[in-house]
Amino acid sequence: MVATEKPQYKIIGTRPRRPDGVDKVTGRAQYGADIKLEGLLYGAVLRSPHAHALIKSIDTSKAEALDGVHAVITNSDLVGSGQTFQPTTAESIESGTYWQALEPGKASPRWAAENILAGPKVLYHGHAVAAVAADDVHIAQDALELIDVEYEILPHVVDVQDAMLEGAPILHPQLRTGVRAAGVDTRSDIETNLASHMRLESGDIEKGFAAADLTIEREFTSSQFHQGYLEPQNATAFWSHDGRINIWTSTQGSFMARDATADVLGVPVALVKVTPMEIGGGFGGKIPIYLEPMAAVLSKKSSRPVKMWMDREAVFQATGPTASSYSKVKIGVTNDGKITAAECLFVMGAGGFPGSPVGAGVQCALAPYKIDNQVIDGLDVVLNTPKTAAYRAPGAPATEYAVESVMDEIAEQLDMDPIDLRLVNVAEEGVRNSSGTPWPKIGAKDVLEAMKSHPHYLSELQGEDVGRGIAIGFWFNGGMESSSSARVNKDGSIALILGSVDIGGSRASISMQLAETLGVTYEQIAPQVTDTDSVGYTAVTGGSRTTFAGGWVVYELGQMIKAEMISRASKIWDVSGDEITYSDDGTVIGPDDADGNERVFSFNDLASKLQATGGLIAVSASSSHTTQGAAYGGHIVDLKVDRDTGKTEILRYTAVQDVGTAIHPDYVEGQIQGGIAQGVGMALNEEYYYDSDGHLMNGSFLDYRVPVANDLPMLDVEMVEVPNPGHPFGVRGVGEVPIVPPQPTIRNAVYDAIGVRFYHTPMSPRRVLDELL
Amino acid sequence: MIPEPKVVNTIINGDSKQILISERDSLLEALRDRIGMTGAKEGCNNGNCGACAVIMDGRLVNSCCVMAAEVEGAEIMTVEGLASRDELHPLQTEFLDNAALQCGICTPGFLMSSYALLQENPDPTEEEARFWLAGNLCRCTGYDKIIDSVLTVAKG
Repeated sequence: MVATEKPQYKIIGTRPRRPDGVDKVTGRAQYGADIKLEGLLYGAVLRSPHAHALIKSIDTSKAEALDGVHAVITNSDLVGSGQTFQPTTAESIESGTYWQALEPGKASPRWAAENILAGPKVLYHGHAVAAVAADDVHIAQDALELIDVEYEILPHVVDVQDAMLEGAPILHPQLRTGVRAAGVDTRSDIETNLASHMRLESGDIEKGFAAADLTIEREFTSSQFHQGYLEPQNATAFWSHDGRINIWTSTQGSFMARDATADVLGVPVALVKVTPMEIGGGFGGKIPIYLEPMAAVLSKKSSRPVKMWMDREAVFQATGPTASSYSKVKIGVTNDGKITAAECLFVMGAGGFPGSPVGAGVQCALAPYKIDNQVIDGLDVVLNTPKTAAYRAPGAPATEYAVESVMDEIAEQLDMDPIDLRLVNVAEEGVRNSSGTPWPKIGAKDVLEAMKSHPHYLSELQGEDVGRGIAIGFWFNGGMESSSSARVNKDGSIALILGSVDIGGSRASISMQLAETLGVTYEQIAPQVTDTDSVGYTAVTGGSRTTFAGGWVVYELGQMIKAEMISRASKIWDVSGDEITYSDDGTVIGPDDADGNERVFSFNDLASKLQATGGLIAVSASSSHTTQGAAYGGHIVDLKVDRDTGKTEILRYTAVQDVGTAIHPDYVEGQIQGGIAQGVGMALNEEYYYDSDGHLMNGSFLDYRVPVANDLPMLDVEMVEVPNPGHPFGVRGVGEVPIVPPQPTIRNAVYDAIGVRFYHTPMSPRRVLDELL
Repeated sequence: MIPEPKVVNTIINGDSKQILISERDSLLEALRDRIGMTGAKEGCNNGNCGACAVIMDGRLVNSCCVMAAEVEGAEIMTVEGLASRDELHPLQTEFLDNAALQCGICTPGFLMSSYALLQENPDPTEEEARFWLAGNLCRCTGYDKIIDSVLTVAKG
């Protein structure tokens, strides 16, 4: 581990067991689908067989009549149960009132509702149309077959470039977006699938390109990738006669799920309580809600609790994959490698409703570099594919892949080491980023230098059809609001209540930061994730924010506990609090007494006196800090391409990453290794296949095929620690950065191996063979 | 028509169990929905992911691909039966100490598959472990710490 300016910590940097670990290795942990309730019904969802169609009619009467069926719902039950907005009808589409709430680029509750259960139109294959609750899951599935839906099939479009062509099938007839970007010119008074346009620009790119000795412009495309969490979406709801709605679900954000459900149902937020169950992966995909409002309305109709979970095909068809993309990147450099200008266009497919991650992708694209003259355009395009959701560093893998691929070609043409080319241009503290904001302290240069001196990079690579590649990646990391509360018990143990869903070890990483703050042991702290009624508002577990923001909150709780402990000691000793200190090991020390005896309490001794001095300590805090630390990672790969099968084998993989401070190094490594594996999937084989009717053809793990154990070698992680000055323990956030570099790293290595430059990911065996044969 | 319920007699983790099932239930559904044993997880319901792996009469199976009616007279071992009364199985301990789980949803399946691997091949090479465990998907860890844990337990 490379560390700079790191203080000496007692707990931070150790590798204790996670508090939820034993439950998870013994099968006791309760995930969303594991909940058991008296009188539970089971739900199932009817999904569209068409990519794009008008729903002419839905007849649910036969399904309702089936023995064992308790409730059947469609979109009209969903939106009809709330007051936020009226149901969409064919007339409201015609008159334009359907879109009256639409603001460009802003998610409307109507979109959320119509993604959950289709309104007058189905917009993608697998779009939910109706739902059933029955005595068991088989009966619910039988009932789906008895629902008659009359569709009028419409022309569809699933390709992001096709969707922008004149004459393309239009998804939302009222959508109007004027765009004047590189190669795109759309009037604002015509029907379009363009949902929004964003541009970042600084300097003068014409002047910049004129000063370049070499300019390279390339176009890239990427397929849709799915997060592929192992646990399908699920939700269980009980809508009581008193109007209270209890929801148990696997979500990345219990408060987000609560608020979104209340919006869609049109009920007061205070009537909805979400209990987050253990969550089986999310990677951004479990931020949106899907089943929660359906289960709630089925429960209301049946007066019984209703459990729903998706089958794997539904997860692929109808939950957010990432956007497919088209990118055009032009970079000019001088002969010594200095970038003089960059011009980029990024187009991303949002799926059936607006809202791809193109905005984040635009802001990340050039983040590793200092570029005075730049223009970046981003376009959000609707098309007949599932509505995209966030996926680990949303938007960044596609845009940075395009930039890092061009950088590799520049290095080759200039005959420069690719790391040296990046070092010539690397962004540092004070350099303005694409949004015009100066960077705080960042570790991009530290990462590149650690890559250059890494034994992997210095090693010799030998063999036929083997290649090595490198690339660097960037992600902002998130701040946002988090809340916690803590109670000091009479024996000094501490009950810690967390608002953040724990998706990969945050109960451990946040408890460690409280222990460090108070100078107590990690084992003294008993953390628990709780429901939305029992803790302050907490944003989603996402954006690599949880250990950062959760750490900030417990640091603040720690200061409150310290102050209270001093105040109690002051009462007991009858001395002023100013004369008392709280030391790093949790002892509370006062001035010597009149006889010259030392006055000192251990944390636990003083805890035992709390009840007699005013009661046990209970504190809570909410905070929102915007000082999150942006982070960089650089990857090195050695690989071998099999010319007969087109299969690429990863021989050796190293990730170097600025992790700020590694709170629990095992979990930091694990995040980075997991990100690499997902990135390798994107680079080499994962993708959505649609047939000519817009049907998703590979909605199973067998056919979508995420990397399995024998696709990967051990994944080496080199942690660079450049502490974030905006966090009490220097935390930056680590989970998302590592998914960014794999695609260009592997693409550049494939070129080194077989001399073919790829402009599409994944570089699946079929595509490799197409190039070689 | 709702099919008539049917009783199957089986031994689960050493205990005799009678389970009232629907004839259409898989073993996974019988375990989870009929008797509330939710250690085995549903990730795909078609044998692709391994999250529901259990051991049936000594053989590793995906419980989503076994009909509940087939387990009449069979002995089933699930993740709930891996630890003894007093202590965790070494695989469980190593998974915990080596951070071989993140979200943990695939962990029951990996533990059962790893247990079966070590029964069959007590000292596997890394390559053997990777091929054996290729039927269990994990999306969080990149497999590194899982493979490492299994090899560490094998080495004792």
